[in-house]
Amino acid sequence: MMPEWMNQFVIPAAYFVAALVLILGLRAMSSPVTARRGIVLAGLGMALAVLVSFVHPEVMGNYLLMIIAIAVSGVLALVSARRVPMTDMPQMIALYNGMGGGSAAAIAAVELLRIQGGHDAGLLLAVIAGSGALIGAVAFSGSLIAFAKLQGWMKRNWRFPGQQWVNLLLFAATLVSGFMVVAGIHTDGLSAGTLMLAFFTLALVFGVLMTLPIGGADMPVVISLYNALTGLAVGLEGYVLDIPAMMIAGVVVGAAGTMLTQLMAKAMNRPLSNVLFAGFGTGDDGAAAAGGDGSMTAIEAVDGAILMAYAETVIIVPGYGMAVAQAQHKIWELTQILRKRGVRVKFAIHPVAGRMPGHMNVLLAEAGVPYDLIEDMEDINDSFSQADVALVIGANDVVNPAARDDTASPIYGMPILNVDQAKNVIVIKRGRGTGFAGIENALFVADNTKMLFGDAQKMAQELIAGVKTL
Amino acid sequence: MEGFLTLYVIMLAAVAGFELISKVPAVLHTPLMSGSNFIHGIVLVGAMVALGQAETTMEQVIGFVAVFLGAGNVVGGYVVTERMLQMFKRSDQQEQRAERAAEETSS
Repeated sequence: MMPEWMNQFVIPAAYFVAALVLILGLRAMSSPVTARRGIVLAGLGMALAVLVSFVHPEVMGNYLLMIIAIAVSGVLALVSARRVPMTDMPQMIALYNGMGGGSAAAIAAVELLRIQGGHDAGLLLAVIAGSGALIGAVAFSGSLIAFAKLQGWMKRNWRFPGQQWVNLLLFAATLVSGFMVVAGIHTDGLSAGTLMLAFFTLALVFGVLMTLPIGGADMPVVISLYNALTGLAVGLEGYVLDIPAMMIAGVVVGAAGTMLTQLMAKAMNRPLSNVLFAGFGTGDDGAAAAGGDGSMTAIEAVDGAILMAYAETVIIVPGYGMAVAQAQHKIWELTQILRKRGVRVKFAIHPVAGRMPGHMNVLLAEAGVPYDLIEDMEDINDSFSQADVALVIGANDVVNPAARDDTASPIYGMPILNVDQAKNVIVIKRGRGTGFAGIENALFVADNTKMLFGDAQKMAQELIAGVKTL
Repeated sequence: MEGFLTLYVIMLAAVAGFELISKVPAVLHTPLMSGSNFIHGIVLVGAMVALGQAETTMEQVIGFVAVFLGAGNVVGGYVVTERMLQMFKRSDQQEQRAERAAEETSS
């Protein structure tokens, strides 16, 4: 047993410092200059909080279990997070976020069981624990589905008629069971345990069903939303356990995550409700009709090289395909030899190109592309009409003119890069299929568009070789 | 913590969270999402306390799961964020280099 002054002062003070450092760390992360310092700072705060928890006055035992769980899970997470390529970062965030949500739900389960077992606690505490359980469980199962989708384990967006009603019903059932768990918490016996099992199962199933119909292009927004939900669940359980540091950190992430989700949804010009409840391409109207006319014109890399080498202005539009093929280094090499020939080259980044906002910036920065060559959509969109060549590398939905012109298109209204206004458009694409959102692209069949079919890295290499011979 | 005092604390924390994000450039959205994902890894602390209080086997099993998941959140969240921000450091220097180059050519 710790001496009383330790419990009264040292432990709470350590948690206080930990919370302060965590929040300062998050603040530092919101500026590019201090971002790296921020994560290290936050890491120190976290280490302090975890170490102090071993001597928390209410921890009575199970130390060995604790250490085993931390060691095994920590090593697994360390290895997986180190190994994963940069392009797969989004789904890893989803996975680790899901684990946090699951942890919050499990804490709630332990606390509810303890209250049921006779531990003295008020009704309010049970209600808050139950709310955290619901939110955490939904974030857990929802994030895992998001992970599976981005990892490519789950290709189809599972939809059926009346799905929203089924989800609504399921949600209502979850709420009712949760209410019954809390209301009957002090009655003992088998029924209380069964009810709790039903409550958690329903919440998990709801998270799965809510995420299944959402298309891959919307995943970043959804992951951000689940991140906010996990934060909220953590905050609620922090209240239940009376650990203010946990409560504050959870609430801060809940609020920051909500804001971030809003910003992302805004960048896609899709209200959050639309992302969650509408789903891409639910009907096959517009989508099928748009791609029906015209055919794609395929060219060889040599022809593409000629177009670019003799151009005055070239705008490069990278997308997820560039990330998959790891083509950013080759693209930068191509840019450099074009610039030596006097061609003006710019990069145009759509706010949601790739799988997350800023995804392309990270990859181009990795390859060494200086910032002044990279332009945001608003700044460069008017320049496309003066460009001789627009080179699209593995981008699809963010350059689909249907979003601008075709009111029947499922992505109508999403801001796009006006690539189709360039004199020539070269599209590097792996195959003839549709993009992640499953929508036909009118750009690919336009008269000024030439398709260069193949792996982005290989095609970039061939373009480089082609330009060098000229 | 009791009643309304808790509500005040929650309100201030929420305002702080909103303020943190509202002024952030789009480039940093992904690292920040990743960073905030790491911050809510503090759930591990709660999981440890919950497991530390667990008495029945059922409570121990669920508590173990809670700690296991929480630790994954902390470690995975940290490593992913750190790796991502490492690149930003490079792009940062790149930017400064480019600015310097631009200044030299203009002068």
